[in-house]
Amino acid sequence: MTKSEWPFVILVSDLIRYSDFGLRVCRRYNASMDVLKIGKFEIHSRLFVGTGKYATYEIMQQALAASGCQVVTVAVRRERLIDKQGRSLLDFLDLNQYIILPNTAGCFNAEDAVRVSLLGRDLLEKQKNPGANWVKLEVLGDKKTLLPDPVGSLEATKELVKEGFTVLVYTSDDPISARRLKEAGAASVMPAGSPIGSGQGVLNPLNISLCLETLKEGDAAYPVIVDAGVGTASDVTIAMELGADGVLLNTGVAHAKDPLKMAAAMRQALEAGRLSYLAGRIPKKRYATASSPFEGIISYIPGE
Amino acid sequence: MRVRVNGQDRDLAAGSDIFTLLTEHKLTPDKVAVEVNRRLVRSIKYDTPLKEGDEIEIVTFVGGG
Repeated sequence: MTKSEWPFVILVSDLIRYSDFGLRVCRRYNASMDVLKIGKFEIHSRLFVGTGKYATYEIMQQALAASGCQVVTVAVRRERLIDKQGRSLLDFLDLNQYIILPNTAGCFNAEDAVRVSLLGRDLLEKQKNPGANWVKLEVLGDKKTLLPDPVGSLEATKELVKEGFTVLVYTSDDPISARRLKEAGAASVMPAGSPIGSGQGVLNPLNISLCLETLKEGDAAYPVIVDAGVGTASDVTIAMELGADGVLLNTGVAHAKDPLKMAAAMRQALEAGRLSYLAGRIPKKRYATASSPFEGIISYIPGE
Repeated sequence: MRVRVNGQDRDLAAGSDIFTLLTEHKLTPDKVAVEVNRRLVRSIKYDTPLKEGDEIEIVTFVGGG
């Protein structure tokens, strides 16, 4: 193809991309994103978004759409038996569009986490959603900090793996705990950037980086997802630039002043971070190196 | 017979089963999951009669992170 034909090719691809069809495909997932594999799941958006804390179900629906996510998390709780109004979460989630990832939020021991996982799986099997058989495992140690209990998390991981679950386990940014969870059979380890809902972003990039290093040793494709504490778009980019395979967030979008705008920002931040990571950044240097050449300079340089 | 449903004590007619509870609360089996005495009960067993002292949990999905 000659150089004069390039603009035509670019124009046509832009026309397709920005045509109604193209926008729908590209808006739905980022079409250029490399696929994320977790167990048997092939995920097209590396942003996982929670369904909690939104002001209304309608806002939740629109925020999830704006985020471009494919995986959404849900919690398992008692059905309201008295004063039950008509609306429930399942009425506002298109189960053909999203893969549901049930969590075990609110569980403080392995036995409860296993119970909740089994209930979540039963629900998804009934709903025929592909998310049946996977679970976001949380075994909490403490109500105030919602930090994970490393011992309970390990126990629950082993039990759930035996039950045939694909386990994505929430953990701290301690690389040793992370490694033990992988050894126990977790399909993905999800280190927290900072406490759940705290919006502090990635507080310890060194530890996240060490988690990535240990989890991906000899196994570069092992999925590591930064989960918890994301407060704003740049937190997502930072996590992806460290080399994370994905980011899971909820409060950062649900409690933003404009959740729809923030969902869109998070989506772009995820793409920017992933591209930037794959592009290979320049190293940080102590001193300057000029971007313009010295050769042919006409000005006076002090000291020469 | 006295049972506990979602943390509340209830009196049910003898021979009641999970279907009885779901019907009473206008719940569809497809949108809930059920535990009896901390064990998952699959929908195929929703017609098993409940017993005195059974603890039943009827759960569904809600928003969460």
